[in-house]
Amino acid sequence: MNFMASKQPENSLLGPEADSQRTLYPYVTGTSVVALKYKDGILMAADMGGSYGSTLRYKSVERMKSIGKHSLLGASGEISDFQEILRYLDELILYDNMWDDGNSLGPKEVHNYLTRVMYNRRNKFNPLWNSLVLGGVKNGQKYLGTVSMIGVNFEDNHVATGFGNHLARPILRQEWHENLSYEDGVRLLEKCMRVLLYRDRSAINKLQIAKITEEGTTISRPYSLKTYWEFSAFANPAQGAVGTW
Amino acid sequence: MFRNQYDTDVTTWSPAGRLFQVEYAMEAVKQGSAAIGLRSKTHVVLGCVNKANSELSSHQKKIFKVDDHIGVAIAGLTADGRVLSRYMRNECINYNFTYESPLPVGRLVVQLADKAQVCTQRSWKRPYGVGLLVAGLDESGAHLYYNCPSGNYFEYQAFAIGSRSQAAKTYLERRFENFTDSSRDDLVKDAITAIRETLQGETLKSSICTIAVVGIGEPFHILDQGTVQQIIDTFEIAAEQEGPAAEPDAAEQSAAAADQGGSTDEGVAPMDI
Repeated sequence: MNFMASKQPENSLLGPEADSQRTLYPYVTGTSVVALKYKDGILMAADMGGSYGSTLRYKSVERMKSIGKHSLLGASGEISDFQEILRYLDELILYDNMWDDGNSLGPKEVHNYLTRVMYNRRNKFNPLWNSLVLGGVKNGQKYLGTVSMIGVNFEDNHVATGFGNHLARPILRQEWHENLSYEDGVRLLEKCMRVLLYRDRSAINKLQIAKITEEGTTISRPYSLKTYWEFSAFANPAQGAVGTW
Repeated sequence: MFRNQYDTDVTTWSPAGRLFQVEYAMEAVKQGSAAIGLRSKTHVVLGCVNKANSELSSHQKKIFKVDDHIGVAIAGLTADGRVLSRYMRNECINYNFTYESPLPVGRLVVQLADKAQVCTQRSWKRPYGVGLLVAGLDESGAHLYYNCPSGNYFEYQAFAIGSRSQAAKTYLERRFENFTDSSRDDLVKDAITAIRETLQGETLKSSICTIAVVGIGEPFHILDQGTVQQIIDTFEIAAEQEGPAAEPDAAEQSAAAADQGGSTDEGVAPMDI
């Protein structure tokens, strides 16, 4: 007998649904992921924070992982759901490898598989509370796409999740161009991450940048960005608005 | 093959380690009208002989498009072939929906073989009585496979199945070394010639054969009769021999009867004591 079952009054009309456990809200969350295509492949950046509501509870969460030989997955949103997705993908790649036949799932295939998973979960009112960024290179073809928790998916030359859409994408729209060099790509991503660090309350100053090319994936060691807080407007905030706090 | 006490159901081994029902299923393939396949590095061509029951009826469909990049030619119980083609189409479409990418033909062939194997190990089933020549593309290029009722599958450079396929095989054996680098048109020409071999002197016309092509950059499609007749005429492939009109008809009828699953000549051999 299940004593922990949710309590329903005897005359409840909810039926079996009331017992099921669905994701209602996220608990431990990661913030933005930003990614762009450059000359040799994809560059992706994400900080290492795992927030528990407004508390910055975990500061060494790796929110980007390599998938198979050709793909890189970055996630924002509920961290436990991201770990669940990694288990699904692990199994997917395992079976793909077991065929041992010279064919392999590329980033496009993984992206579409994830889209199916996210959309089907959303239809059951039990979403995986994540926004995912999937990038990779296969046979010289670069691929960068995103899927949200409701299954909205698309590909583009640069993508971002969460606050990144509002703060980073405008910068990328202005400054991204085809065939960025590695250094320029990193500089551009750092510019985006710096803005996010200043303006996103859930961001922390400890990030990783990942690169995926035909040769493989590298995820950098965690590092921090230089910040500047001596803007004159910050020195006396009440100057232009007497009485403010 | 003779009847024996171990051939009643598929789940009985013979003392020599054979499953007779499976072997009988392979016999059904040999009775069907011929189908051939050949491949180069970039293209695969399938061809088959279409014999209608009578002048009044149409011929049975023996080549099926499974996806843009996969097609199959069958020999044997065409009903079984149709059902398996439907399964293959389903698998392709489901894979495409999930991964937005074509199902590699090598994987489809293994799934098909596993499906056939199930029927060799269940007492309430019978093996599929059809051989399939699967032509398709995957990451490593063009491939031709042959799937048996036994659940085995083999990859081929060129192959022929069905009645009088040995004649086609002999022709293909002489020429197969050149196929890898053949042009698409040469491959089609070779396919038509191989079909002619199985006709044993009967005039080759586009109304009695079907040719289909798939290749890199060329989705699977069946060539229309006009095109095929043109190729036949251009290369003068049609047999020079012309017997009286009665002969080709008789040949047609016996081959058509064969398609239905064994002419009366074969019959039940005397029991092995």
